[in-house]
Amino acid sequence: MNQAKRFTSAHQSISFSRRMLLLGGAQVGVGALLIGRLGWLSIAQNAKYQLLSENNRVQLIPVPPRRGWIIDRNGKPIAINRSSFRVDIIPQQLIDGPRVVATLTDLLKLPPDEVDRINRELEHSRGFQPVSVADNISYEQYAAITVRLPELAGVAASRGFSRFYPAGSAVGQLVGYVGAASAAEYEKENKNPLLLIPGVKIGKEGLEQAMESTLRGQPGGQRVEVTARGKLVKELDPKPDRSGATVQLTIDADLHEYAARRIGDQSCSVVVIDVTNGDILAMPSMPSFNPNNFSDGISTNEWKMLSADDHLPLVDKALESLYPSGSTIKPSMAMALLNAGIDRSQRVNCTGAFQLGNHTFHCDKRHGPVDMDAAVVHSCDVYFYSMCLRVGAEKLSPMIRSMGFGEKFDLPFDNQRYGTVPDPDWMMRKYHRKWQGYDTVNMSIGQGMVLINPLQLAVMASRLATGKRVVPRLLKNKPIVPQTQLAVDEDHLNFIHKAMWGVVDHGTAASAKLPLDGIQMAGKTGTAQTHNLSASERGDYTSATWKLRDHSLFMAFVPFDKPRYAAAAIVEHGGFGAAVAAPLIRDTITFLYDKPKAIAALHNFEQSIGGPLEERATRKTAMWRAANGLPPLPATQA
Amino acid sequence: MITSAIIPRPLARLPWRLIFLVAAIAGFGLLVLYSAAGGSIHPWAVKQAIIFTVFLGIAIAMSWISESTIKAITFPLYGATLVMLVGVEALGFVSKGAQRWLELGPIRLQPSEFMKPAIVLTLARFYELVPAGEIRKWRAIWPALLLLGIPAFLILVQPDLGTCIMVGLCGVTVMFLAGLPWWIFAGPAAAVAVAAPIAYNMLHGYQRKRIDVFLDPESDPLGAGYHISQSKIAIGSGGIWGKGFLQGSQSHLDYLPEGHTDFVFATMAEEWGLVGGVLLIIAFGLVIRWGMRVSNTARTRFSQLAAAGLSATIFFYVSINLMMVMGLAPVVGVPLPLVSFGGSAVMTVMLCLGLLMALERQQRTVTTIA
Repeated sequence: MNQAKRFTSAHQSISFSRRMLLLGGAQVGVGALLIGRLGWLSIAQNAKYQLLSENNRVQLIPVPPRRGWIIDRNGKPIAINRSSFRVDIIPQQLIDGPRVVATLTDLLKLPPDEVDRINRELEHSRGFQPVSVADNISYEQYAAITVRLPELAGVAASRGFSRFYPAGSAVGQLVGYVGAASAAEYEKENKNPLLLIPGVKIGKEGLEQAMESTLRGQPGGQRVEVTARGKLVKELDPKPDRSGATVQLTIDADLHEYAARRIGDQSCSVVVIDVTNGDILAMPSMPSFNPNNFSDGISTNEWKMLSADDHLPLVDKALESLYPSGSTIKPSMAMALLNAGIDRSQRVNCTGAFQLGNHTFHCDKRHGPVDMDAAVVHSCDVYFYSMCLRVGAEKLSPMIRSMGFGEKFDLPFDNQRYGTVPDPDWMMRKYHRKWQGYDTVNMSIGQGMVLINPLQLAVMASRLATGKRVVPRLLKNKPIVPQTQLAVDEDHLNFIHKAMWGVVDHGTAASAKLPLDGIQMAGKTGTAQTHNLSASERGDYTSATWKLRDHSLFMAFVPFDKPRYAAAAIVEHGGFGAAVAAPLIRDTITFLYDKPKAIAALHNFEQSIGGPLEERATRKTAMWRAANGLPPLPATQA
Repeated sequence: MITSAIIPRPLARLPWRLIFLVAAIAGFGLLVLYSAAGGSIHPWAVKQAIIFTVFLGIAIAMSWISESTIKAITFPLYGATLVMLVGVEALGFVSKGAQRWLELGPIRLQPSEFMKPAIVLTLARFYELVPAGEIRKWRAIWPALLLLGIPAFLILVQPDLGTCIMVGLCGVTVMFLAGLPWWIFAGPAAAVAVAAPIAYNMLHGYQRKRIDVFLDPESDPLGAGYHISQSKIAIGSGGIWGKGFLQGSQSHLDYLPEGHTDFVFATMAEEWGLVGGVLLIIAFGLVIRWGMRVSNTARTRFSQLAAAGLSATIFFYVSINLMMVMGLAPVVGVPLPLVSFGGSAVMTVMLCLGLLMALERQQRTVTTIA
C-alpha cells in the first residue's frame, strides 16, 4: 500500500492499531499452536508415550530360568543342573585389575592357563559383560571370596546352577555342551539381556544347541521401579520364570554309556536302533570331549589337545563322518540282485581275482564256486563283481538307497552329512563322465563312490531286518514315522536273514556269536579300504601306520528270526570288520539281554586297555601336557 | 477493580483481576514444585513462594510510579544495565569461564534479565521522541538497531542464546509497533533465512548440537536429545487428565531433567494432563491480553509501545518455553515464568507486570493527554 508522503501522527495511530491487531493475532495463533501440540502429544500420541514412560519407570532384573533336563527313554538323567558357586568379574566396576586377579588366583588356586584366559578376556571384554573367573567352586572358596568382596571391587560371587552330565565324555558328542554366550550370539538374539547374566549358559553344540529353545525356558524377573540413576525405589510384583522343558530322548542311557566305554581307545561310532519303531537307543561317538569341562569354558591347551587328536574327539562320527560301506553293502546288493531276477543258487567261481578290461580286481581269498548264500556268508567279492555287472548299476542303486544309504534323516543336529549312493545319472551330473563297468564293480562291494555314515548303516540293518522303511527317531515326543513296506519279497528277506545269520554262525563274523542262549544274531562285516596297501601289508597291521589301516565295519540285528534290535559300528582304521567292529557289537547287544554278562566282558576289556574311560582320559591329558612342556594340572576336587 | 465501601480506595484501585490471575498461576506453580520435590515444600516450593511474594509486593508498589518517572529513569536504567553486562563479560574474561551474573553480597544479579524490560522501555522512549514524520527515515532506525544490537550481542557472547533471542524479539516487537517500514522486518527475515546455515556453523558446539537434536531428537535420545525426548514422554504420557497429583513417574524418578526449572511444564502436564496444560496456557493468555489492552487504551505513545512491548516479553517467555518443552523449538534455556523455580524469571515478569500496572493506573487516574 502506498502511504501518504507525509507520515502524520494520525497515520501513526492507524498503523499502530493495525500492527497491534496483527501482533495479537500472531499471539493467539501461537497459543493455538501450543494447545494443538499439547493435544497431539497427550491424546494422539498418548499410548506411545505411556509405553515409553512405563519402560522408563519399570526395569526388569532378569532371573535366569533353570535349563531343562535331557533324560533318556526311561527317565534317567543325561544332562541335569547342579547347584554351584561361581565367581565373575564385571569389567566396568573393576578398579585395580591386576591386584584383584592376583588375589583371586591366590584364593581359588587358579592354574596359569586360567589366569591367562581371564586376563585375555578382561582385555577384550565389552565392559558390561561379566568375565567368568571360576565356576563350580567349593563352598569354602565361595565363603573366602564373599568376606573379601569389599576390597575386591568388580568381583561378583554368586550361587547358581551349572550343567552336569553324569555320563561325562560318553555323551559328549550326543548332547554337545553349553557355554556363556559370545558377543556374536548376543548380537544375534537382538541383545537379549538374559545372555549377559553371569552363569547363564546356552547350547553351543549337539542337542544342547539344537534344542535350545525348548531347554532354555522363560526368564522371569524382579520388576522394580528405578530412578534414572538406577536407584531402586520399590519392588513391584515379580514376573515368575519358567524352567526349560525336559527333553526326553529315545536313547537308553545305560546302553549308550556301555557302548561308549566298550569302544575303548578306538575312533569309532556305534548306533543301536529299536527296529519296531526306529528309536535310536544308543549313538556314542568316541573318543569324545567331556562336556562337563566345556561348560566352564575350556582352556586353550585343552582345546589344542582335542583339536590335534587324530581320533577326532570333536567330530560326531555317527552323523558327520563318512566312510565307504565296504562289504556291509552286500546283503542289500543281494536283495537287488534277487529283485533283478538272479537265481540265488547260481554259482560263480571265485579264483581270488576278477579281470575287467586290463584291470584285475581282487578278492580277499580264493573262495572257489560260490552261490549267493556263500558269497554273503564268506563275503566273496568276485561273486558280487560278476553278478552286479550282469544286472547293471541302474537296478542296484535304487535298492541300496531304499535301504537307507544316502538318506537324510530328520534329527536335531544341523551338521549331518549324508554320503552318496552313485548311479550313472549322478556320475554324469557330478563328474561329467559315463558310468563304466569298473564303477559297478567298485559299488558292488561298497567301495568307490559309496559313502555312508554309521547311522545309515544301522538303518540299513533295521530295514533288512524288517523289510520295512524304519525311520530313526531321537526325540521321544516326535511321532513315530509309520513303517511302509519296502520293495522286497518275503522269501528274499527270509533268505537274506538266513545268510546274515550264517555270517555270524559260521562266516566272517563267527568270532562274534552272542554268549546268550536262544538269541542269535545276524550280521555282516565290512572292511573299507582307505589306502591301497599290498596284500602282505594288509595282513600285517603293525607295519602299516594307524592312519593307513582299513576301517572296520559291522552291522547286525537280533534276534535273527524275530528282529527287535539293529546295530552298526564303524571303527576307523580298525582293520578287518570281523576283528574289531563285530565283537564290539556282540558285547553291546549282549548288554541289552544280559547286563551282568556284558558288564563282566567290559570289565575285562577295560582291564586289558588300561582302566576305565575317565581314568584313561586323565592319563592321556597328563601325557599330552608333559609332551608339550606344560605343567601338570592340579588335582581337581570331585 | 473492586469497588466497595469497606476496602480503602488505594487498594480497591489495584487491578485485582490481574493479581488474582498471576497469583493463581504462581500458586499452581508452587503445587507443581511441591510435587517435583517428591511431595515436599523443600527445597523449592517455600523459596519460590517467598520470591514470588516479594516480587508481587514490588510489582504492586511499582504500580504507583508515574509514567513520567518511568520515562525519566528509562535511559539511566538502560545505561546501567549495559554497564553491568560489560562488567559480567569482563569478569568472565578474567575468570576464564562463562559468566552470566554479578555477585552483590547474597544477591546474584543477572543483568541480562533486566535488559528485557529495559530494552522495551528504551525503544518505546526512543520512538516517542522521534516525530511522526521522521519514523520512516534512516534516522529512526539506526539508533534503535544500535540500542538493541549492543546488549543482544553482549548477551549472545555470554553465551546465553535464549535470553539473546528474547531481548531481540522484544526489541523488534517495539520497533514493529512503532511503525517502521515493512522492509526493515521482511529484509532481515529473508537475510536470516539465507544466513541461517552460515550462522549455524558459527554457533558453539553445544548450541549446534541442540539444533541438530531439535530437528531430530530421536537421533540421540540418550545424549543431547535426552531432554526433549523425556519431556515429550512426560507430556504425552499424561494424557487428558494426567497421572494425578504426586503421581508423575517421569519427574519423580528423575527421568525428566530440569523438571523444576526449564521443563517444569512437562512435570505439570504429566500430572495434570492436557486439562492442566490448557488451563495454564489460557491463564497466561489472559495475563498477556490484559497487557495488550493496557497498550490499546494507552493515551501516550510511550505507554502504548511500552505496554505492548512488556506484554510481548511475557508472551515470548511463555511461548518459547512451551515450544521448547513440547519439541517445537530448540532447547535454549528459557524458563516458564511464575512456574519454573528460580528468581530471575519471576523478577523479570513481575517487573514487567509492575510497569504495566503503573501504566494502567495512569490511564485511569491521569487525565492529561500527551
